[in-house]
Amino acid sequence: MNAVTPLIEVEHLTMRFGGLVAIDDVSFSGRPREITAIIGPNGAGKTTVFNCITGFYKPTVGRLTLRGDRDYLLERMLGHEIGQRARVARTFQNIRLFPAMTVLENLLVAQHNKLMLASGYSVFGLLGLPVYRVAEEAAIALARAWLERIGLLADADRPAGELPYGAQRRLEIARAMCTEPRLLCLDEPAAGLNPRESAELNQLLVSIRDRDGIGVLLIEHDMSVVMNISNHVVVLDYGRKIAEGPPAEVQRDPAVIRAYLGTDEEAIGD
Amino acid sequence: MVDPRLLKMLKDAALTALVAAALGIFIVGFRTVDVGSRAGLSFQYEFVDLAVALVIIFFGRLGLQMAAMGLRWPAIALGIVMIAAGASPMQLPSGFLHWFVALGGVLLVIRAVWPWADQAIHAAARTPTGRIVNTIGTQWLGWVLLGIAIVMPFTPFADQKTMDLGVLILTYVMLGWGLNIVVGLAGLLDLGYVAFYAVGAYAYALLSTQHGLGFWAVLPLAGMFSASFGILLGFPVLRLRGDYLAIVTLGFGEIIRLVLLNWVDFTNGPAGIGTIPGPTLFGAVFAETAPEGKQTVSEMLGIPFHGIHRLIFLYYIILLLALITNLFTQRMRRLPVGRAWEALREDETACKALGINPTNTKLTAFAVGAMFAGFAGSFFAAKQRFISPESFTFIESAIILAIVVLGGMGSQIGVVLAAVLLIGLPEWFRELGNYRMLAFGLAMVLIMVFRPRGLIGHREPSIRLHPVGSGGSG
Amino acid sequence: MAYFTQQLINAITLGAIYGLIAIGYTMVYGIIGMINFAHGEVFMIGAFISLIGFMICSMLGIGSAPVAIVLVLLISMAFSSVYGWAIERTAYRPLRGSFRLAPLISAIGVSIALQNYVQLVQGARPKPGGQIVSGGFNLFSLDGFDVRISWLQIIIVLVTVVLMGGFTWLIAKTSLGRRQRACEQDMKMAALLGVDVDRTISLTFVLGAALAAVAGMLFLMYYGLIDFFIGFLAGIKAFTAAVLGGIGSLPGAMLGGLLIGLIEVFWAGYFSSEYKDVAAFSILVLVLIFRPTGLLGKPEIEKV
Repeated sequence: MNAVTPLIEVEHLTMRFGGLVAIDDVSFSGRPREITAIIGPNGAGKTTVFNCITGFYKPTVGRLTLRGDRDYLLERMLGHEIGQRARVARTFQNIRLFPAMTVLENLLVAQHNKLMLASGYSVFGLLGLPVYRVAEEAAIALARAWLERIGLLADADRPAGELPYGAQRRLEIARAMCTEPRLLCLDEPAAGLNPRESAELNQLLVSIRDRDGIGVLLIEHDMSVVMNISNHVVVLDYGRKIAEGPPAEVQRDPAVIRAYLGTDEEAIGD
Repeated sequence: MVDPRLLKMLKDAALTALVAAALGIFIVGFRTVDVGSRAGLSFQYEFVDLAVALVIIFFGRLGLQMAAMGLRWPAIALGIVMIAAGASPMQLPSGFLHWFVALGGVLLVIRAVWPWADQAIHAAARTPTGRIVNTIGTQWLGWVLLGIAIVMPFTPFADQKTMDLGVLILTYVMLGWGLNIVVGLAGLLDLGYVAFYAVGAYAYALLSTQHGLGFWAVLPLAGMFSASFGILLGFPVLRLRGDYLAIVTLGFGEIIRLVLLNWVDFTNGPAGIGTIPGPTLFGAVFAETAPEGKQTVSEMLGIPFHGIHRLIFLYYIILLLALITNLFTQRMRRLPVGRAWEALREDETACKALGINPTNTKLTAFAVGAMFAGFAGSFFAAKQRFISPESFTFIESAIILAIVVLGGMGSQIGVVLAAVLLIGLPEWFRELGNYRMLAFGLAMVLIMVFRPRGLIGHREPSIRLHPVGSGGSG
Repeated sequence: MAYFTQQLINAITLGAIYGLIAIGYTMVYGIIGMINFAHGEVFMIGAFISLIGFMICSMLGIGSAPVAIVLVLLISMAFSSVYGWAIERTAYRPLRGSFRLAPLISAIGVSIALQNYVQLVQGARPKPGGQIVSGGFNLFSLDGFDVRISWLQIIIVLVTVVLMGGFTWLIAKTSLGRRQRACEQDMKMAALLGVDVDRTISLTFVLGAALAAVAGMLFLMYYGLIDFFIGFLAGIKAFTAAVLGGIGSLPGAMLGGLLIGLIEVFWAGYFSSEYKDVAAFSILVLVLIFRPTGLLGKPEIEKV
């Protein structure tokens, strides 16, 4: 461990639903300018971790600290405050765009809080004051920049629901990035992508890490994505952390191989 | 050898008629009527009507099956026969059956022709000219309607009846546009919208009759009252799921009506409030003779008095109010809050993840919608000069909702068309008035089943990166 | 004390009727997650069919009240069920893949249409039902106040208890009940395992409508006056009962019905009868705000 302070610190996270223990005393941390992958077999509790971090579930036990301009204790915040103040953005396993709204509108909705302030909670906006117009132009410029990065500039005025699957995945990531987050949580972004799209996604995620300099938490089944781009891997199984470390190390961990393949000893991914 | 398809169709039509017979045998077949003054009932048998209706249902269903199986021409022929039977001087047991068979025929023909028409329209819309005509058409339609609405009072049609109807339709257009913010944009099903209308109406009625305030002074106040009510009621309930929210708003609507009905000291209860003053024009009143210290409008303008002047004045007030509602909504849609409304309608979970406060955002939609209902309510009180809780029942909310649903949720022009259709037509054809609510109900079901996006289902983006016509994808 | 007991008896009678209607709401909500807004109208239609049935019985000279009641009960249940079936088939089934508010809007449409249909064919004036069962006996007297229980009240509670018992058995022990519970848990999985989902949903509507028809008949006998509008208020109160008991739960619907009956009768008896409907609506609002899972309902976990 070097001296970089972690961006997100998950300590003793436990989540119970009735009698079911979905997450059992899991601790890990994610650093800025790094991609931290959370992997594990189906039902290991990966998405539940995300739901706790982004405020959709209230953890039964545990502390979730995000270090930004100050320390945010995420478990004490309301769902939307986590996006608004702590600046944690996320995507969903089954894409959740605003399908009837256009691609551009999706990216503008992501900048809601900033624009709301600039529009004087709609008053300046209704009056058509320049304060708002300037802010809106800036927001459109940001959206345009992201559309160029994900190659959807030409589709800006199409309803998001009409885009092909892979484009919807990219758009959801761009939308999350338009909230200008400190931490980006991606829930299986490569699911359902073909190899070419998957490779493009890798590039996009690396550029988000290196160019935008934010921390990324990544849930992924596609091991090529995980092994190629992540800096740190956390492995969950049955709600517990069974391994943690750099990808190459985790790949060789006997506990991980057992969890993934049962008795079969073939290495995971390559 | 009989075509097995025909057999299947006949069987299906017979089954449908059988179900209809089961539905109708008691409720339709035995009509209970009062006998004399004694508290007793006797039957009036309607079996002939029922039998004729069942025959019509049988053939109607048969025709629909034909159309569904691609036998268009027989279906169309059957439809035409039905229309002819309805229009013919043949003596059916009741006038209703004439309508029933004829309307059934019309629907059947529409159903049979639909696939062709749909294809043709789609094909035409795909050609470049078609696309341009389409966009111009949708843009023009609004302006044309506005033009008609503005010059209406100066046309020869503008008699008492037409102006009354115009005022009525515009009131519903305004209410529809107001509710459209809540239902169409924010996706919140509000079944108690009429409560805010009532708050506006009672605000003006009480402030004018008891405190002598004028219409123009009360109008903004009424809007504020209603909006505050919206916030007050909305705050605790807006976190609820969609259908629960709908029922809670229905509950609130009924509570407010029952309070108006029973709090006699404050609202005069079921007797209502009368002698509400109408709106003034620069302080002048619309009356033959002015009350003390006031001037009549005819004196002020130096024109002879005519009863219709008041009506024309009211007409322009409601037109103005409706236009304000529309412009305000159009503007809001292009602001962050408006986009957040629509985003919330599309996916609340995603909104939360983007840091949007769902409760506050819904609350603004609720409050803005309520405010416009408040304005409309004040206008209603000033127009009627008498209000009672009876004007604010659930049915009223349902009518406004039907207008929004039929028009296509979120579409401004659709609301106008739906209001004309749902309010204008039944008022115009008085004899249809009895069937009006029946038709409303059926229309709501049919729209949901066949065209859930409403008459005008097209959504215009609130902002564009590329100008229209640049091809969008090029 | 005597007054209290009398009110209690009246409240239980009323609660039984609400409970019967509430079961229809709760079952439909349990299986397809929609508020069947038109359910109150099925209750109203059941009351009308019962009225007509009783009149036919007296025309045919069936003098014995028990025979007439059983006959009318069966007729009303059977023919109201057709309404339940037809409503689901035409207005709800085509909407299963539609946006989430579509079924509710369609249900409101059905409700409005049915009300006006009955108003058109049967007239708007309230219909007197006549007295089918009269008499009763004094339970006890206290301070010169007789506590009476009428035969009718006994019949109402008895019919309700028997139906409830039969119904609970149906859901718990028969294959229909098992299919229904399977659909409630996971409709797709149930379909994959060979459960005919459409049929199960249809049957749910049919059963709900049959119980609402019973409630309609009991209502007609108890109040002796019905009109085309009774379904609206009774429907909302029964829905309140379903929510209060915990929507999706059968015992909850019964419990909720009883509680709503109690609240309504005691509110009217001790406070003011004008505001008794306000009390019912307020409970609806309060329960939905503070305890949307009701008394016996299970909490829903939001899937993200």
